[in-house]
Amino acid sequence: MEELIKKLKIEIIEVLNLEEMEPGDIDSDAALFGEGLGLDSIDALELIVLLEKNYGIKIEDPKDGRKIFFSIRTMAEFITENQK
Amino acid sequence: MSLVIRKYCSIVNACINVDGKTAFSDPEQDGFRKFIRAAYRYFETDYPKFFKMDSLSKLGFLSVEVLLKGESISGKHPIEKTGIILTNGSSSLQVDEKHWDTIRNREQYFPSPSNFVYTLPNIMAGEAAIRHEFRGENTVLISEGFDAELIFNITDLAFKTGSLESCICGWVEQYEDNYESLLFLVEQSVHENMVEKSEEDVIFEPSTLLKIYKQEL
Repeated sequence: MEELIKKLKIEIIEVLNLEEMEPGDIDSDAALFGEGLGLDSIDALELIVLLEKNYGIKIEDPKDGRKIFFSIRTMAEFITENQK
Repeated sequence: MSLVIRKYCSIVNACINVDGKTAFSDPEQDGFRKFIRAAYRYFETDYPKFFKMDSLSKLGFLSVEVLLKGESISGKHPIEKTGIILTNGSSSLQVDEKHWDTIRNREQYFPSPSNFVYTLPNIMAGEAAIRHEFRGENTVLISEGFDAELIFNITDLAFKTGSLESCICGWVEQYEDNYESLLFLVEQSVHENMVEKSEEDVIFEPSTLLKIYKQEL
């Protein structure tokens, strides 16, 4: 799980152009949206693309996004549970 | 009514000039990307969204940022009458190509939303307008090169119709490591709430724009 979390942080920094951040700057349990990393709706779409492109996982119900993308850890858990 | 250039700012060859004087220079930075980040930090710009912008928007945004440093536009003019009118040669071609790379292969069809939102040059003007809360005329026009007549005519018309009291106008061009920008802060020279025209004022007219362009770029 920790390896996947580290990989996710690197990928998120790259796709969201968080150029000033290092993986260590991102708290695995902190909220990605709102007060945490302060991501926006475009970033949310980018994360959906990342899941599909890099992990082959399609989010069927957009309502699930809030739970899946709560933090890096929830993303990693979702990937672990759903990757074929 | 005559219009004056209160200030101008150019960015080219890893150098930023304000009113013809160097404000920042970093020729050791290799390429546009590193240079614009170094300039962003130098001017202590606090706007994290900058890093998510495409290169054209970064150039336009920072040009406006430097031009308006120390200026209080909103204190002098209503934000509804402050506009931004830009011209550009390559449009958003660089990010258009990046977007095309993500969609041209049907087997690997993963369009990137954060790329896609920048596939219009108008976004560059929008980013600056959001930052400074300009709500007046907001336009980006495409021309083959720096066109002093075009910049003058469009800006002058917006003032004449009464829709503007102040405006940032000029040229912002970027494609890969080729970049240059020249922006002017233009205001009405005579207005009941404004400083009267002074000897230091530079008249806003095509010949002046072209002269400054030749000096700066």
